[in-house]
Amino acid sequence: MNFLNDVIYGAANGVIYAAFALALVLIWRSTRIVNFSQGGMLMFTTFIGWELVQRHGVNYWVGLAVAIIAGLLLGAIVERLLVRPVENGPPLNAVIVTLGLLLVLQAVAGMIWGNGLSSYAPRFSLNYYHVGHRVILFSPDYLFIVIAVLVVLVALFVLFQLSPLGLRMRASAFNPEVARLLGVRVGRMLTLGWALAAGVGALAGVLIAGTAPNYMNPNGFDELLILGFTAAVIGGLDSPVGAVVGGVIVGVALQVLDDYVSNDIDPFFIFALLLVILMIRPNGIFARRTVRRV
Amino acid sequence: MLELRDVVATYGAVRALDGVSLSVTDGAITAVLGANGAGKTTLLRTVNGLVRPASGSIKYAGRDLVAAPVEQVVTFGLAHVPEGRGVITELTVEENLRLGGLWRGNRKESADSLGTVYEMFPPLADRRTQPADTLSGGERQMLAIGRALMSRPTLLLLDEPSLGLAPRVTAQIMATLRRLSREQGMTVVLVEQNARSALSVADVAVVLNLGRIVAQGNADELAADEKLRHAYLGF
Amino acid sequence: MSGLAAMGRRWLRLPTLVRHLVVALVGLGVLLAISEALSEYRNTQLAEIAYTVCAVAGLTLLTGLSGQISLGNGAFMFVGAYTVALLLKHHPFGGITGYQSNWWLVPVLILAVLVAAAVGGLVGVAAARLRGPYLAGITLALAIGLPSLPKYQHLQSQLGGHAGIPISAPAPPGSIDYFRWQAWICLIAMVITLFLLANLASSRVGRAFKAVRDDEISASLAGLPVARIQILAFVVSAAAAGLAGGLFGLISLDAGPDSFPLSLSLGLLAAAVFGGLGSLPGAVYGAILITLLPQWATDLSHQVSLSSKIVNNLPLLVYGAALMLAMLAVPFGLQGLLRRGWHQVRDWRRRDGLAPG
Repeated sequence: MNFLNDVIYGAANGVIYAAFALALVLIWRSTRIVNFSQGGMLMFTTFIGWELVQRHGVNYWVGLAVAIIAGLLLGAIVERLLVRPVENGPPLNAVIVTLGLLLVLQAVAGMIWGNGLSSYAPRFSLNYYHVGHRVILFSPDYLFIVIAVLVVLVALFVLFQLSPLGLRMRASAFNPEVARLLGVRVGRMLTLGWALAAGVGALAGVLIAGTAPNYMNPNGFDELLILGFTAAVIGGLDSPVGAVVGGVIVGVALQVLDDYVSNDIDPFFIFALLLVILMIRPNGIFARRTVRRV
Repeated sequence: MLELRDVVATYGAVRALDGVSLSVTDGAITAVLGANGAGKTTLLRTVNGLVRPASGSIKYAGRDLVAAPVEQVVTFGLAHVPEGRGVITELTVEENLRLGGLWRGNRKESADSLGTVYEMFPPLADRRTQPADTLSGGERQMLAIGRALMSRPTLLLLDEPSLGLAPRVTAQIMATLRRLSREQGMTVVLVEQNARSALSVADVAVVLNLGRIVAQGNADELAADEKLRHAYLGF
Repeated sequence: MSGLAAMGRRWLRLPTLVRHLVVALVGLGVLLAISEALSEYRNTQLAEIAYTVCAVAGLTLLTGLSGQISLGNGAFMFVGAYTVALLLKHHPFGGITGYQSNWWLVPVLILAVLVAAAVGGLVGVAAARLRGPYLAGITLALAIGLPSLPKYQHLQSQLGGHAGIPISAPAPPGSIDYFRWQAWICLIAMVITLFLLANLASSRVGRAFKAVRDDEISASLAGLPVARIQILAFVVSAAAAGLAGGLFGLISLDAGPDSFPLSLSLGLLAAAVFGGLGSLPGAVYGAILITLLPQWATDLSHQVSLSSKIVNNLPLLVYGAALMLAMLAVPFGLQGLLRRGWHQVRDWRRRDGLAPG
């Protein structure tokens, strides 16, 4: 029973990491860049939602909607102003620019909202379910998170695999020159890809912020960046479904380690986990073909 | 009519095209021949906008191609079949084809074109749901041409379609081009290193050397000119 | 003019090693003289700059020369600081209470360097298999993961848990001022580091780093052991960071798990990028910048009354902006700008016939 609870609790947390990983995967697919500022971007948009909901008494759903819209805009602006100039340069340049953006977003958030800890109330209860006398480490709010992430995943599948817009976006990512010759406005598709990713990230941020008290802090999402990255890497960085599976694997693995070894050093476990995964398959476990180096 | 006037294109200090003037006759197949580095591919890339000429003008059916963004060129009726691996290998065969017709935004026309392409290239129909990287070289070339046809072009530009293909497959491709030209009145510009097979289908031919046109005329006449063949065409 | 030029030519004909040695000795002399003239407070800053230079120089060599990014060199500083702390805890050299002699510093710091280099070697083995964003990701995880180790419940008694381990300060010999002595230790270590790294960069090894950075495939075709070269670059970079960490421990008088946050590692990268990746002089400017920045921010807040929220986050803002600006506007960093400026001046002078061609 204990182990079963580990799996349930870990998988539920894993879905959160998956939501973050999805945002990373979307950007990797469209621009072959790992967005190291993702944690900063969703921290910022979550603070916007938090400001409305916690400080001005706005409805939870309105706060969520505003955060997502802010995410879409932020993603588009970032791609246009910061990423576009380094998109075709060495990968190192893009990594450094996104790290710079991470620091700037953290600094600006600290300037506006301070570096203290605050809480973002979850929409649904965090009290665990009971089956008979047994406690199941799963709560209505986590159920909401799982459903929300699954809905996003299905929506992304429909968009990318079934819609002409998704086909254009994929073509732009895989072969921008050929896509342009076929009349696809590649620049717009890349901007859209970043906007979409940041929108998904913004949703993830608000969902995550509610799962624990005192989550809101400019650095509160740093660890999540590594967790999300690990999840995305397990999925090969390219596959949304892989990201979700990766997230669940990371969540369960971390929970089991916490329970059987120690819960003091999560960051070290994450490092070890990522190291093991990358050593088994340097390009991710589910990656089918080697990743093109630009 | 596609019309180039005094087109100069440079890569740094190299003049890849050094004042090329050319009128491409509607409804005919024009072969652009020459050795590696003669400027053939650059010529195509200036026409479709991937390379901006340093000077000169390029017009198609009265539209200025030099000023048009690459994404717009397809709407003028130009379709480009890029060299070698121009198919998007990560997409399925059908996705590649659908991509070609997307700019029209007309589902009915797109479905019709898809049917026509599958009729023309039956192997593609058999593999419609497979990723394009599972195709053979000849099939990829069919896919690239089929995708170009999906946009219902009036002018088809092909860059080295015979590259790396077996002679039999090359002959099939050339026959297809001839059919498109004869039956549908499509204008075809065919850049080829393989001069012999290009001349076998072309109506007119142009020979490039070091960025300049050194000969042009009827394909039969050029093929008969032994000195020219030895100097520039390698057969 | 021509006398100067002749001297310049003779200088350039000297062996690189000799030139570096002369620069190092003269530089050290100048620095010690400067330290003599500075206040206690300024000497502490000088010490901070000096150990930061060590870490940034190691990183700039790794990322600039061998082409491998590391977002985790703060973790090697962590290793260096804890090595010093543990050595002093278990063997307080002290019989030498009062620390009459300071020679114990040498083996202690060398051990800090060796342990960090060994950890760097392990990371390097993994890193040599990874590229681009994967390498960035694993080093980022290193930066966050390694410094959390002292919090592990079974290691708390050895590593001091959240509180860390106190480090006793080296007492200055004779009548030298305490703060000045700290600055001297760091300056000497910095000059030695820069001297060694400069020689490494201009040696065959340095050229091998560059060859691997520019084109791995041709480098391996040319017979270079690519993976081993990449690992070596990590070892060197970790060694420099380990020294920086050891010095950091000696100055701050403790080694704690929270002294090595992610922002430290990213600050080092910002310094290396801003100074110009691969440039040792650039590492010095970059280190000066990131050391003095928080100070400037505080000073500014006294002049223009800003809220503490803004002041506390100002350095972070500048690091971030520096990283982005460096990539978007000055891709070769400060040293690149200076070099371009110098070439410009030289060209003008040549054109005007002022300098011999």
